[in-house]
Amino acid sequence: MRRVVPLLLLCTFIALAACNRAPEPATTGTAAAAQPATTGGSKGGDFGPPQGDPIKAVLTSPPNVPPATGRTTPAKVIVELEVIEKEMPISEGVTYTFWTFGGTVPGSFIRVRQGDTVEFHLKNAPDSKMPHNIDLHGVTGPGGGAASSFTAPGHASQFTFKALNAGLYVYHCATAPVGMHVANGMYGLILIEPPQGLPKVDREYYVMQGDFYTVGRYREKGLQAFSMERAIDERPTYVLFNGSEGALTGDKALVAKTGENVRLYVGNGGPNLVSSFHVIGEIFDKVWYEGGTHFQENVQTTLIPAGGAAMMEFQLEIPGSYVLVDHSIFRAFNKGALAILKAEGPDVKAIYSGKEVDEMYIGDRALPNLAAVATAAHAQKAGALTVEEQIKAGQALFSGTCSTCHQASGQGLAGVFPPLAKSDYFAKDPMRIVDAVTRGLSGQVKVNGQTYNSVMPPMGQLTDDETANIATYVLNSWANPGGRVTKEQVAKRRKELLPVTAAAH
Amino acid sequence: MAAAAAEGDGYVRVPGGNFTTALQYEDARLPLRIAPFAIMRRPVTNQEFLAFVMAHPQWRRDQVATVFAGPDYLAHWRGPARLASGEQGAQPVTRVSWFAASAYCQGQGARLPKWHEWELVAAADATRRDARSDPAWRERILGWYARPSSRALPSAGAQTPNAYGVKDLHGVVWEWTEDYSALLVAADNRNQGDPDRNRFCGGAALSIADRDNYAVLMRVAMLSSLNGSDTTMNLGFRCVREV
Repeated sequence: MRRVVPLLLLCTFIALAACNRAPEPATTGTAAAAQPATTGGSKGGDFGPPQGDPIKAVLTSPPNVPPATGRTTPAKVIVELEVIEKEMPISEGVTYTFWTFGGTVPGSFIRVRQGDTVEFHLKNAPDSKMPHNIDLHGVTGPGGGAASSFTAPGHASQFTFKALNAGLYVYHCATAPVGMHVANGMYGLILIEPPQGLPKVDREYYVMQGDFYTVGRYREKGLQAFSMERAIDERPTYVLFNGSEGALTGDKALVAKTGENVRLYVGNGGPNLVSSFHVIGEIFDKVWYEGGTHFQENVQTTLIPAGGAAMMEFQLEIPGSYVLVDHSIFRAFNKGALAILKAEGPDVKAIYSGKEVDEMYIGDRALPNLAAVATAAHAQKAGALTVEEQIKAGQALFSGTCSTCHQASGQGLAGVFPPLAKSDYFAKDPMRIVDAVTRGLSGQVKVNGQTYNSVMPPMGQLTDDETANIATYVLNSWANPGGRVTKEQVAKRRKELLPVTAAAH
Repeated sequence: MAAAAAEGDGYVRVPGGNFTTALQYEDARLPLRIAPFAIMRRPVTNQEFLAFVMAHPQWRRDQVATVFAGPDYLAHWRGPARLASGEQGAQPVTRVSWFAASAYCQGQGARLPKWHEWELVAAADATRRDARSDPAWRERILGWYARPSSRALPSAGAQTPNAYGVKDLHGVVWEWTEDYSALLVAADNRNQGDPDRNRFCGGAALSIADRDNYAVLMRVAMLSSLNGSDTTMNLGFRCVREV
């Protein structure tokens, strides 16, 4: 018996191989095809040898997506991807040494068609410190290409695979230690179009979430090193779309017009977190959940696992800003997982009455105006910070973090949030502003003759100079007495009160 | 070189002894017994390597056999026998192939260090001969990994010596080892639970004994990605002598 079993297995294998080639399905052009009951998976994905001349794949940087292949026959597609290790901003005034596929996080978007033969060239830049490789989840074969693409700095590797399964797939580096390579930004998406193509839409965008682990805390300025300890503990400093805070807000927001159909290709590189992906103010008309073949309709939030992806499609009816978030919502407001899709067009009052509420949701990240914060941070470093610069930076920070409760006019909300305008609470001691920001403020306080009893949490994410700028802005606004609070004063004050602050965290 | 000569031609004696490596060899018993040896106090510099190629022109970049050194060999020099700048002379030589580095050491009556010799000396920090259990030791190594290599290399020997009196084992360049090609980590790191032993044909299939020690793992991964004729912008060497 023992000798027979392997023989039998071998026979089965040959039988499978023989029926491995599927007939080319009829194409339906750009029309949305009805969902087939099953595609046959990889068994239905081999349409024979490549035809015509080899094609060089168009790769795009996020948030752009290459055009549809538009092909109806299998081709040989050449993909050239370069690994580049480089220092880039991860937040305002904060940099990080990213390891990238193609110089961006996430890496270049790759688009091929099911049945294509993909000749993959992985190059590792000469000034790289590390060897790298690539595991494409769209590859059938052990390691997904990883072992065949292990590449030293200044070298290139090549391997070839046939794209047997249609879908949206993550690729990532799988060199030791894998977690660190992924945490440094080594992931991206490859779309393997079904043979009939995807339904036509007006806009396509590429967004990928990732979690980042730095030694310094959230928004601590300067070049931040990777923290393996935090990564192992799964305590990210940042959770980001497209590799940096502000990558998709302000001038860089995604854009569309009302009446247009938008498709998002959203991946999650991880390394650790699962994303509860949501667009505030929109409902996904369709979600190709898990990046697969079938779609669900009318979805609010879709789960995207680490190392997974999804496609979603929706029509924009109402102009305004739509906020992409990980609805594990502290990640959005306190770790950076925010992006904006701006829709332009005429109002449609019958569907939505108006009154934008974005400002409440967006927090400080969406403000186009963090330039003032950067300017002040620079000047602070150079020792040339003026009161005016402080006020400007403070205003930008205030309208994100503080105005939600205290209002942009500093009037507060009667009976709930105390006013900062013409306030007698800190008129005599400006450091009370600093205390409120750094330590929070709970319990009964009397401001301008009225008693308030609520809770302000400590704003632990604000640095000393940011706190100083906010305090200076408040002092110089709304008929307050003027004056200035410096970074050093804040640092000193924080130190004096350290035990309390630590307990509050 | 005067200072180095005063301390015995630039080599430091290492007593050897029992050593627990971070690597796990299926055919080796731990701890390893390492014989005493002498190792260069700091990596070989461009100036020193220039002197070597002048004396042995077969190792000039325009004369070397391509099988011994790839096209980027010494590509950062201005000419085959000329450095790019004065500062470059004091920097550790990089873009050297394993063959060229081995030839240099041979010329000194020395050889490249074995991995375990290198690892033994590199386990030290400024005060302890084995600081590997201290997270600070690991963080320091990782700090270098996190810095992009767009900045100029520091001069060799500028860092504080470790407990053996050896400098620059971490934080400046990668270094060749004599037995680098026996450092076989699977190209796909995730197979550690199921190493493909056949692929290594009875060779020393190894994996990491101390999973926490990924800082060492990365050095091994780097070395195992290379061929003997390869060079990189961050890879240099130093020699050892038997004692």
